[in-house]
Amino acid sequence: MSFHPQMEYAPARWHRSERRLAEAGEPFRYTPENQAKFDELVTHYPPEQRKSAIIYALFLVQQQQGYVSGQSMAFVAQQIGCTAADVEDVVSYYTMFYTKPVGRIVINVCRTLSCALLGAERVTEEISAKLGIVPGQTTADGMFTLMEVECLGACDRAPVVMINDDQWHERLQPSEVGRFLEDLRTKGPNAVSGCHLCVETK
Amino acid sequence: MAYEPVLIPHVREPQAFTLDSYVQKSRGYTALKQALGMPPGDIIEQVKASGLRGRGGAGFPTGMKWQFVLKDTPKPKYICCNADESEPGTFKDHVLMERNPHLLFEGCAIACYAIGAKIAYIYIRGEFMHVQHVLEAELKKAYDAGYLGKNIFGSGFDCDIYIHRGAGAYEAGEETALIESLEGKRAQPRIKPPFPAVAGLYQCPTAVNNVETLCNVPLIITHGADWFAKLGPEKNGGPKLYCISGQVKRPGVYEASMNTTLRDLVFGEPFAQGMAGGRTFKAIIPGGSSVPLLLDEHLDAPASFDGVQKAGSLLGSAGLIVLDDTVCMVWLAMNLLHFYRHESCGKCTPCREGGDWLYKLLMRVERGEGQMKDIDLLFGVANNIVGKTLCAFGDAAATPVLTTLKLFRHEFEAHVREGRCTLPAPWRAQGATLAHAH
Ligand SMILES: Cc1cc2nc3c(=O)[nH]c(=O)nc-3n(C[C@H](O)[C@H](O)[C@H](O)COP(=O)(O)O)c2cc1C
Ligand code: SF4
Ligand code: FES
Repeated sequence: MSFHPQMEYAPARWHRSERRLAEAGEPFRYTPENQAKFDELVTHYPPEQRKSAIIYALFLVQQQQGYVSGQSMAFVAQQIGCTAADVEDVVSYYTMFYTKPVGRIVINVCRTLSCALLGAERVTEEISAKLGIVPGQTTADGMFTLMEVECLGACDRAPVVMINDDQWHERLQPSEVGRFLEDLRTKGPNAVSGCHLCVETK
Repeated sequence: MAYEPVLIPHVREPQAFTLDSYVQKSRGYTALKQALGMPPGDIIEQVKASGLRGRGGAGFPTGMKWQFVLKDTPKPKYICCNADESEPGTFKDHVLMERNPHLLFEGCAIACYAIGAKIAYIYIRGEFMHVQHVLEAELKKAYDAGYLGKNIFGSGFDCDIYIHRGAGAYEAGEETALIESLEGKRAQPRIKPPFPAVAGLYQCPTAVNNVETLCNVPLIITHGADWFAKLGPEKNGGPKLYCISGQVKRPGVYEASMNTTLRDLVFGEPFAQGMAGGRTFKAIIPGGSSVPLLLDEHLDAPASFDGVQKAGSLLGSAGLIVLDDTVCMVWLAMNLLHFYRHESCGKCTPCREGGDWLYKLLMRVERGEGQMKDIDLLFGVANNIVGKTLCAFGDAAATPVLTTLKLFRHEFEAHVREGRCTLPAPWRAQGATLAHAH
């Protein structure tokens, strides 16, 4: 509902935390390695504050199966000692959690001011045209998902693109998009430029 | 005399982030050692005397914040380091953490000692995974070398630092929202009072400090409060990191004293070196996207908390976004309102609904479908958000609209009159879908 009598609510774009109940997924449990990681992370917080580890718990789920399913939320609830609704509350708030499967390579283009001033909108358009998808969609072969995200905290290297949730590509020009996508397709997430601050790998 | 960087002196050198480099090229953990020989109250006094003001946005005196932390309590106390860095145009904590992490660890440990805490949590935004990898590896080295952990330097003081990953939420940078998020909930602010100094993390006394703020603490201990205060103008002492982005020749993070003017930062040879592509300066956002615009006539103001405020804006997070004459101000407001609409935590109605409403009005005007009364409506809606929300986000969201209307109202009117964007730039979306699909 919107306040404004003449306008409908902003056309809802595909939001990462949009979830249909049908997407309960398969029964979930951590691999032994992830279970060990979780058990270690919980010790960072006071014993009666296990809930603090919920974001880490959800990232582990996402690393393991690519997205956070209904069943995995129930599993996390049991690990933390809270209700599944508590977990869903958190999942639906934070933008980095996916509630449905995404492509193997998620391209997150920063769209905020400093990046937009240097061509980020054009970058998104090029990617969109080359892959035949709009932001929020995944290619039919399950290879790429395109996302627009807000300021990534590297505005001096605009336009910035984050691949999955950990790789960076800086100063991506609209004219380079074709080659960049080809590199991603053949070399995977390692095709990125990385963070310019990491001079050791330059 | 040329300014000598003290926060990021070696960051461009290979291996600058390592403990070895910190020990050999900087002071190692000598400030922590020195601090552990002082009564905690003296540390707070020294930080107060230095005049250190929080670098996270509000510029609140750090020494005072620490002094407010409840002393007589059986509860544990906490330091929360705010490394959420999500204010558009801000990327200074990024450099500090990725290239000089031990300065931050040392600052965290001294802060813990000063307020009587044993644990510091570094709340880092989820998108900084590559930074977190560096922090984790270096943290382990600091533990192994005995600079953190149990009985540091044989003083009997124990201190643990943990890194807590966020998951994508600008609002988690607000201090009480950060605490909520650390507790494993949605990042939505709490009603204050009680302030975190009394009931913060797990309802225990807590101080939330920005990364750059904490990085200044070891320098104050080493060089003294007086040295620190004298680095800048009165009440604006110490080194400062400036993040310069936008349409300039040399964007980046620059360290300077707060005597430096905005004009120096934008046009100066050691800094951003002026506008890119030979274009003309139009305006600047001097403190991250949440603060009012300034024009050329304001550029001679010192880039200090008080200097920028006197010029009519705020230093905020010191994120300078420089705009050239190709920037349409209606588009700019729309771009930023997209951000605020997306990031509102949804707790208060004026912010949640108002941000969305503003965004849609701006879209309409930008497309050339607006009417003159929409411009007044924009002003009315924005003014009805200001001062009516739980946290400062509401004011921040209204600011891009109010400041563009104040300085560039003629551009809004031209859009309405001509029924199109009067300043379409080649670097913006060309197709209709993307430009307006949001
Ligand atoms: C909406 C909002 C977002 C904020 N984001 C950040 C942030 O990303 N990083 C930060 O250090 N402070 C941020 N702040 C400021 C914090 O609330 C708080 O003032 C700061 O962490 C205190 O540290 P300081 O005193 O060292 O500056 C934000 C405030 C608001 C209202
Ligand atoms: S002003 Fe906005 S961001 Fe702040 S508490 Fe209210 S709804 Fe949340
Ligand atoms: S605006 Fe893109 S990284 Fe900040």
